[in-house]
Amino acid sequence: MTSLTAAHAADLVAALLFILSLAGLSQHRTSRAGVVYGIAGMALALTATVVVASRSISAGAVALILLAMALGAAIGLWRARRVEMTEMPELIAVLHSFVGLAAVLVGWNSYLEVERHGAAQTSVAADLLSIHHAEVFIGIFIGAVTFTGSIVAYLKLSAKIASRPLVLPGKNALNLGALGAFVALTAWFTASPSLGLMVAVTVLALLLGWHLVASIGGGDMPVVVSMLNSYSGWAAAAAGFLLDNNLLIVTGALVGSSGAYLSYIMCRAMNRSFLSVIAGGFGIEAPASGDAEQGEHHEISARETAELLAAAESVVITPGYGMAVAQAQHPVADLTRRLRERGVEVRFGVHPVAGRLPGHMNVLLAEAKVPYDIVLEMDEINDDFARTSVVLVIGANDTVNPAALDDPASPIAGMPVLKVWEAERVVVFKRSMASGYAGVQNPLFFRDNTSMLFGDAKQSVDQILQSLDTPDPALAARP
Amino acid sequence: MSGYDSSPRPPQRVGVAAESEPGETRVAATPATVRGLLALGYDVVVEPGAGAASGFDDAAYEAAGAAVGDAWAADVVLKVNAPSDAEVERLREGATLVGLLAPAQRPELLAALAARGVTALSLDAVPRISRAQSMDVLSSMANIAGYRAVIEAAHAFGRFFTGQVTAAGKVPPAKVLVAGAGVAGLAAIGAASSLGAIVRATDPRPEVADQVRSLGGEYLAVEAAQEASSDGYAKATSADYDRAAAALYRAQAADVDIVVTTALIPGRPAPKLLTAEDVAAMKPGSVVVDMAAAQGGNVAGTVPGRTVVTDNGVTLIGYTDLASRLPAQASQLFGTNLVNLLKLLTPGKDGQLAIDFEDVVQRAVTVVRDGETTWPPPPVAVSAAPAAAPAAPPAAAPAPGPSRMTPAVRFGLIGAGMLALFLLVAFAPPQLAENFTVFALAVVIGYYVIGKVHHALHTPLMSVTNAISGIVVIGALLQIGHESTLVTVLSFVAILLTSVNVFGGFAVTRRMLSMFSKG
Repeated sequence: MTSLTAAHAADLVAALLFILSLAGLSQHRTSRAGVVYGIAGMALALTATVVVASRSISAGAVALILLAMALGAAIGLWRARRVEMTEMPELIAVLHSFVGLAAVLVGWNSYLEVERHGAAQTSVAADLLSIHHAEVFIGIFIGAVTFTGSIVAYLKLSAKIASRPLVLPGKNALNLGALGAFVALTAWFTASPSLGLMVAVTVLALLLGWHLVASIGGGDMPVVVSMLNSYSGWAAAAAGFLLDNNLLIVTGALVGSSGAYLSYIMCRAMNRSFLSVIAGGFGIEAPASGDAEQGEHHEISARETAELLAAAESVVITPGYGMAVAQAQHPVADLTRRLRERGVEVRFGVHPVAGRLPGHMNVLLAEAKVPYDIVLEMDEINDDFARTSVVLVIGANDTVNPAALDDPASPIAGMPVLKVWEAERVVVFKRSMASGYAGVQNPLFFRDNTSMLFGDAKQSVDQILQSLDTPDPALAARP
Repeated sequence: MSGYDSSPRPPQRVGVAAESEPGETRVAATPATVRGLLALGYDVVVEPGAGAASGFDDAAYEAAGAAVGDAWAADVVLKVNAPSDAEVERLREGATLVGLLAPAQRPELLAALAARGVTALSLDAVPRISRAQSMDVLSSMANIAGYRAVIEAAHAFGRFFTGQVTAAGKVPPAKVLVAGAGVAGLAAIGAASSLGAIVRATDPRPEVADQVRSLGGEYLAVEAAQEASSDGYAKATSADYDRAAAALYRAQAADVDIVVTTALIPGRPAPKLLTAEDVAAMKPGSVVVDMAAAQGGNVAGTVPGRTVVTDNGVTLIGYTDLASRLPAQASQLFGTNLVNLLKLLTPGKDGQLAIDFEDVVQRAVTVVRDGETTWPPPPVAVSAAPAAAPAAPPAAAPAPGPSRMTPAVRFGLIGAGMLALFLLVAFAPPQLAENFTVFALAVVIGYYVIGKVHHALHTPLMSVTNAISGIVVIGALLQIGHESTLVTVLSFVAILLTSVNVFGGFAVTRRMLSMFSKG
């Protein structure tokens, strides 16, 4: 056993550990073990690589590696500890952008090591050289698209730029044109590598990544984030081809295909075509019915809501992004606990694309210590609404919009939604009568069994909790 | 506030009239729904003895908060059936009458009501849209009637519905055919299958097959082209279809023990489904319940309101009052539908009826408004419309998608992909071929390994894959220290960034998972 064969063996074991890690993460029971497998695989891979690398580089370079890793670890651990669960989508988008940027840097390094020397280079066999050229380009392209795409996603998610879709004239032609230009540049670079082409492809890919995500609206972010996750995997796989490193290829392909599958699940939940998502800019149909009000809505106070809940037999809470924005998950969990103590059956109905990240609501509710076995997904609970006394819609809008089923002209027509309106009473927590992210008016608000509770979701839930504590004597005296 | 009357107007009176039609046992409000009316701000007056046939005495209404008195003098008169001519005369001018008025069949009644100067709302004109479901009397009555039809059939049928094996021998289960899977048909399917019978159902609309199955029935498709329904009601069928259906009914009539027919087309006589020969082909002791008897009947030989036994011993039940045969239930649902309608018409909950013609539901039910006939309303397209609604562009139909591909296309695509991959690897240098092998297998593993991911774990899964994709650090590790300072600097930055990713990603995943707890 030489250190080189040992490194190869370590790569194989690490790859298997990563597979175990992903498999473990798909069930609650095995999820923690999954993370441990992942950490073990990563530690093994890094150790093996550093040991192999240290044989051919100076002690100074090794020190640099350790310094960079230590710095990165410190920053990463600090962010991981500090981050609010409501900010998970932003954090994950930023982390994706790091992978993309790293892939770009690896590509550039490879160029500097090989292509820059022209015919004088020795590190790549002559017959593989043109393939290497193409690999450099592909790696940089995917990495740069991931990088700027994630940056835009981050900016949109943290509301630093407007989340509405950017609509440039002929945007599909722009995307296709960029792809065509990339193929042409790759062919050119394969024939005669030059620094100018490297700069050109990097800029092209950066612009494409920016445009792809900028033309997608904020409401479609769960799909975008999971798509970028997939892209970051492909970027790593491309780097693996570039460096002839099987571990990188395996890991990148694992992440890429699992991310793509996750995006596919999301797309199905929104009744969107998977291809149009990958192509970008699928959330751009102009709202057909506009903001026209569809009748009158009924208001309800927090105290009345509390009475309603106290008298209810079963309650379903359907949370949405608004709950995350208002940080209302803790009071909501409190309310859940109190109602359950009173013998009210409380469950949660989570739409697959609620929030800005796949599974975002589940994480928030888990943070607030809501038991996960009462948090159900759409298909599990959709038939139960008819037997539910009260539904609390907290910060959700498009995912509970009956127009998706009723109105074939609606921009969200055909998207599966939570059928909250079948319940006896629906209370919608909302700041105002404004439309949701899809820009579609919601007929739910004008139904007779729907009442609107206006205001900040957190304050509203807090008030309901207080009202549950101190029943109004005047009301208590009423027969 | 100018032009606004600051003193609130006194609440309007809602009158609950007694039914005059012989055999009618229902009433337009029960003590429970009277409370709903009072909650809308109305005063309620109930005609003496109005609820007697449904089992609600006057004292029960009074206990609920209603007065007992002359209901016809009220501002809003609630009734189940259409009023007689004498009753129309008792309506106050400017009053509002609500009931089942059958506006399409009875233009002379609308004329009389218009001449009387009243507003008339017909409950059977509620459009079939989701929002109006809570006031759809036809649906709630059809539901009751469908159930009762099966009960009547069971009563007249000399045997069990369910199959049994007893010490005295084996009993085969009854076979029930339900024609028409609308609300009544579905209720009949549910009732018959819960009694243990083998239930089959026919309907011209193939989209109801799933609903039939969900209630335990078997859907018998008629093999002929048929136009889809756009307004939620059945349409008249094509000649082709009728021939195929006739053959199906002939075959079924000879086989089944019970037939329940529910086929109605709005504004038209009921379609004939079973001919005299079909009935003659049925086994002695079989029972037919013709729920369309009042509209002319689906079955040859049924007499509205009567039970007749044919020469070959088949009982033909033509009751037209099936819903009234469950009076307490029917009145309760009818009354609740009425309360829901008045909720819509009383936006202020102040006891003041206000009809808004901009609202399609209110427009549709109003058949006479202040002495002016407003029937028929403009058409409303409804949710029961299938995907090929006119609003959807026809180009959208052949949208490509994996689910719509024929097997041939799918195999073709897979084959082409495999061939392309084969050629690519076959002509690639060995090193690249090896890389491709690893790559392709890993893609497949990645797809399958998360195939059954729990929905709650999407975020942790994503953050762990994100951490793992930090493996790209290896690239930078292999490059640092080689070549120029520039390469080392770039590698340093890459290692730094991906380390944030790796450590941050794993740490935040652990943090998230530690929060998930079972209740």
